[in-house]
Amino acid sequence: MDKTIKIATRQSFGEALKELGADNKNVIVLDADLSGATKTNIFAKAYPDRFFDIGIAEQNMIGIAAGMSTCGKIPFASSFAVFVTGRVYDQIRNSVCYPNLNVKICGTHSGLTVGEDGATHQMLEDINLMKALPNMNILSPSDDTQTKWAIKEAAKINGPVYIRLCRLATPLIYDKETKFEFGKGICFGEGTDATVFATGDMVYKALEAQEILKSHGKDIRVVDIHTIKPIDEDLIIKCAKETEKLISIEDHSIIGGLGSSISDVLTEKYPKKLIKLGANDFGRSGKAEDVLEYFGLTSNKIVETVL
Amino acid sequence: MKQDHGHPGGSLSIADILTVLYFKEMNIDPKNLKDENRDRFILSKGHSAPALYATLYEKGILSADDMKSFRKINGILQGHPDMKHTPGIDMSTGSLGQGVSSAVGMAIAGKLDNKEYRVYSILGDGEIEEGQVWEAAMSASHYKLDNLCLIIDNNNLQIDGAITDVMNSYPIDKKFESFGFNVINIDGHNFQEIEKALESAKNTKLKPTAIIAKTIKGKGVSFMENQVGWHGKAPSEEQYNQAIEELDA
Repeated sequence: MDKTIKIATRQSFGEALKELGADNKNVIVLDADLSGATKTNIFAKAYPDRFFDIGIAEQNMIGIAAGMSTCGKIPFASSFAVFVTGRVYDQIRNSVCYPNLNVKICGTHSGLTVGEDGATHQMLEDINLMKALPNMNILSPSDDTQTKWAIKEAAKINGPVYIRLCRLATPLIYDKETKFEFGKGICFGEGTDATVFATGDMVYKALEAQEILKSHGKDIRVVDIHTIKPIDEDLIIKCAKETEKLISIEDHSIIGGLGSSISDVLTEKYPKKLIKLGANDFGRSGKAEDVLEYFGLTSNKIVETVL
Repeated sequence: MKQDHGHPGGSLSIADILTVLYFKEMNIDPKNLKDENRDRFILSKGHSAPALYATLYEKGILSADDMKSFRKINGILQGHPDMKHTPGIDMSTGSLGQGVSSAVGMAIAGKLDNKEYRVYSILGDGEIEEGQVWEAAMSASHYKLDNLCLIIDNNNLQIDGAITDVMNSYPIDKKFESFGFNVINIDGHNFQEIEKALESAKNTKLKPTAIIAKTIKGKGVSFMENQVGWHGKAPSEEQYNQAIEELDA
């Protein structure tokens, strides 16, 4: 992990779209009046003919994307996670997932790190909503390198993908040459005292905790679950067998998120206790780091939980 | 297509429009249903699926066996149009207000690729109470989609009663006009008027068209015509026989 380089995954997303657009003329980007914040404006500047600002009309944006995809286009429909999943759940359900169309749903500003805008904009139920839908795949990248991979990977999948992105700049975890595999988690370390499963902007917090715990004589492993659906069952079972404690951390509700997905696997395949760290209520206004602290989403909280 | 449930009223109101679209207007080859240059049809009021299935049967796209499978567990004809399992369906619909947005998406894609195809979508006069319809209408005229033609099935009835009593969506023509559409009012059971309106839509440049078709819910079946109760209810054996007799006459 390189803490001297900090990049928000939404920024990586915008840049990746531009690269993708250069290679594939069928890539279309849609936004709902937030292109400056979602960073789709990077694509818009490079390929204005293939960028559509649908205005403040997310339902229509999803429907338009669905229609375009039936004509061979690969639309990336983008907005804040709260609007591009919750507000348009029925459109994604009936116009995208039921016909299994090749539409990519891109939610930036997911989770509590939206900060000052508060609960109305802090989306904590998007993983829950999206994973319940048949045919939907979910990617939740943790840094710049992985986000750039995730966008290209999403374009390769012929079907719906939800990509969960974050507002805050976070440290670079992976070097540019790292190879990722769809549906396969990434294990840091082989410690057996605990496994911390993390996703998105919580992965670097888990890695920080791993460092701190060394001074306490505890050796844990951190697992970056970048593909939440389909989830890496084999790795979850392996960690459950090899490590003493199981902990999950996510910038999402503890109901129906990463922890719940892991819990589903454990219940069926290898029953074992899992401690879920995440939000248990609507969010609130404050500096991002203060909001995370308020909900116990910190490296210190992971350390306490392991000890 | 005999069934003990379904949506007969709103299906009969659009049968004449579908006949003109599929047998006179639209460029569709039953032997090449995925032709990327074909005209597209989206039944935004997806509950009128029986009328669409009957049209696809007459067009030779669905078989008599397919028709018997309507709403049955192993059938390919779902209660609402399903593009994944039914040949000739361009978009899955059923949740009102959504089909029209996908029609806009197809029309934009046609413009991007310099294709000649046209996109047709039928909406209900109750369906236009959905806000998404107006989001879609705004975008259709914003992008100057003259390859898009919406047809509003104005049978004046929705499930809970008359449009005017439940939630007044009138004046429909003025609404679409103010959203930048070329608007044509017609009798939706008059073949000549339907053909003429579709012709006018084709000749209109830089604007989408909305055809407001005055129709009769349950058209052709005396005991169903203009009766609100025939939205989501199928006839009895005796009523079915009478209906078929009247429709055949």
